[in-house]
Amino acid sequence: MTLNDLKWIPRGLCLGLLAFAIFGPLTNLVLWAVTERWYFPHALPLEYGFTYWAKVFSPRGNATVSLLTSVMIACLTVVVSVGLAIPAGYALARLKLPLRGVILLLLLIPQAFPNLPVYVNIARIFYQFGLNGTILGVVLVHVTHGLVYAVWIATAAFSAVDGELEEAARSIGASAMRTFVDVTLPIAAPGLLASSIFVFLESLDEFTGTYFVGAPDVSTLPLLLYTAGSGGNYQIASITALVLLVPSIAFMFVIEKFLRADVLSKVGR
Amino acid sequence: MPVPFLGLLLVTPALLVVTLLFIVPLASSITGAFDVDGNFGIGNFQKAFELYSSDIVFTIVIVLLSSVLIGLCSIAIGGYLTLGNNPRAVSILKWLYRWPLFIPFIVVGQILRTFLAKNGLMNSMLMESGILTAAQTISFLDWRGIVIAFVWKQTPFVTLLIAGAMASLDRAMIESARNLGASRLRILVEIILPQVLPTLLVGLILSFVTMMSVLSVPLMINAQSPTMITASMAFRINAYGDYGVANALGVISLMTTSVVAWIHLRQTMREHR
Repeated sequence: MTLNDLKWIPRGLCLGLLAFAIFGPLTNLVLWAVTERWYFPHALPLEYGFTYWAKVFSPRGNATVSLLTSVMIACLTVVVSVGLAIPAGYALARLKLPLRGVILLLLLIPQAFPNLPVYVNIARIFYQFGLNGTILGVVLVHVTHGLVYAVWIATAAFSAVDGELEEAARSIGASAMRTFVDVTLPIAAPGLLASSIFVFLESLDEFTGTYFVGAPDVSTLPLLLYTAGSGGNYQIASITALVLLVPSIAFMFVIEKFLRADVLSKVGR
Repeated sequence: MPVPFLGLLLVTPALLVVTLLFIVPLASSITGAFDVDGNFGIGNFQKAFELYSSDIVFTIVIVLLSSVLIGLCSIAIGGYLTLGNNPRAVSILKWLYRWPLFIPFIVVGQILRTFLAKNGLMNSMLMESGILTAAQTISFLDWRGIVIAFVWKQTPFVTLLIAGAMASLDRAMIESARNLGASRLRILVEIILPQVLPTLLVGLILSFVTMMSVLSVPLMINAQSPTMITASMAFRINAYGDYGVANALGVISLMTTSVVAWIHLRQTMREHR
């Protein structure tokens, strides 16, 4: 046996450690979600079962209400953010803009500064308008957060559309609007779809803004997770976390199918 | 309609939302920090430093340490993805590293809280396998837990960015360096890294800002003092309704990030012109 034959050992060890670091915590979450009884010093749960699932998803349970609220808020956020991002992204990618530098700066600032001080003051401003604790208030906060990403992804998606196709459509007599609807939009659609999914997930997972603006009247899944977890109710917290986890991981696996590498490389820049 | 005005018309709604719901509250966090009972003053800052100076130091140390670790891990993973000889190991790594990419911080907080606790699954497994005894187990639910949570969650994001940049590099230079007998580590440090440095910097800056904004992780993992200033701000508001000191802490976190934000804004603006 030569030294070369043993080279797989450090490689395997490193991959094993990484797998442990990633899947260890995830396994722990799944275990907690199906645990009936589990206490120290037992390494594994003493009893498995789904009674907590029944409790969480009972018609009168908090989770069902929170899940519906979360999904409704996320859908509204997607409609508003993407509705604003499509025209803005198209203008940034295709049209000559006066004050381009100022516009870019305004759209970059939310990424460059921490948003917690902003949420604190939004909550204070919303309070004066009676928006605190309302669905509308929470949607507005999520839109601000999602919009910036949506604009950048939309800009990248429109930039990746071949301009010659648009010119060809125009030269055979299509109007600007028709060219946009029949040529540009379908080609940019996968990128726009990815941006919608991304905004949806960001809204579904958002904690800080909802905590300041929505709580305690509007309860979303992340707020329910937080309350259950701080009450020491790890089963309910883990079940809620699992519900949030599944769409996130699914998106991670499909993102490259939606966003080609050239679009992906422009996101967040 | 002339084209410049059409463009302006199309971006205006989005700009209005960003201005009203981000720029205005951002400005009012700064004015609010200097507002002491309706008068201009620096009382809030004095109080913030008096009560929370250890939290400020704690925050900066944790975020810097996490950024360094995230940078090192993502260079290592990205480097192996680009230079790895074993195709199977590369594809396993590619599949493996991305799992935490879109997992929300609140979920990361919950799963690491149960995993890293003194009687959590990690210690149980180490005890079962005979590596530790019950007396040797320690809880990681302090500053180490926060750093682990940040590195766990943000490494895939930075890796995704720099692995993309590494993949689009010119392979000819790497191959010729290899043919001349340069080791892979040397190729990574001397040829690849300098070329992907701008991307790495963008990724790390976005992570830095994200970590400065996260409230759920310090609340869930480190429920003791000192803690991160995000948690102190939330406490100041929920317990005392004290927006002055909370805003002063907010301005301190804005100033901390403004250094890196400035680098980011300058570089991105240059690329978009």
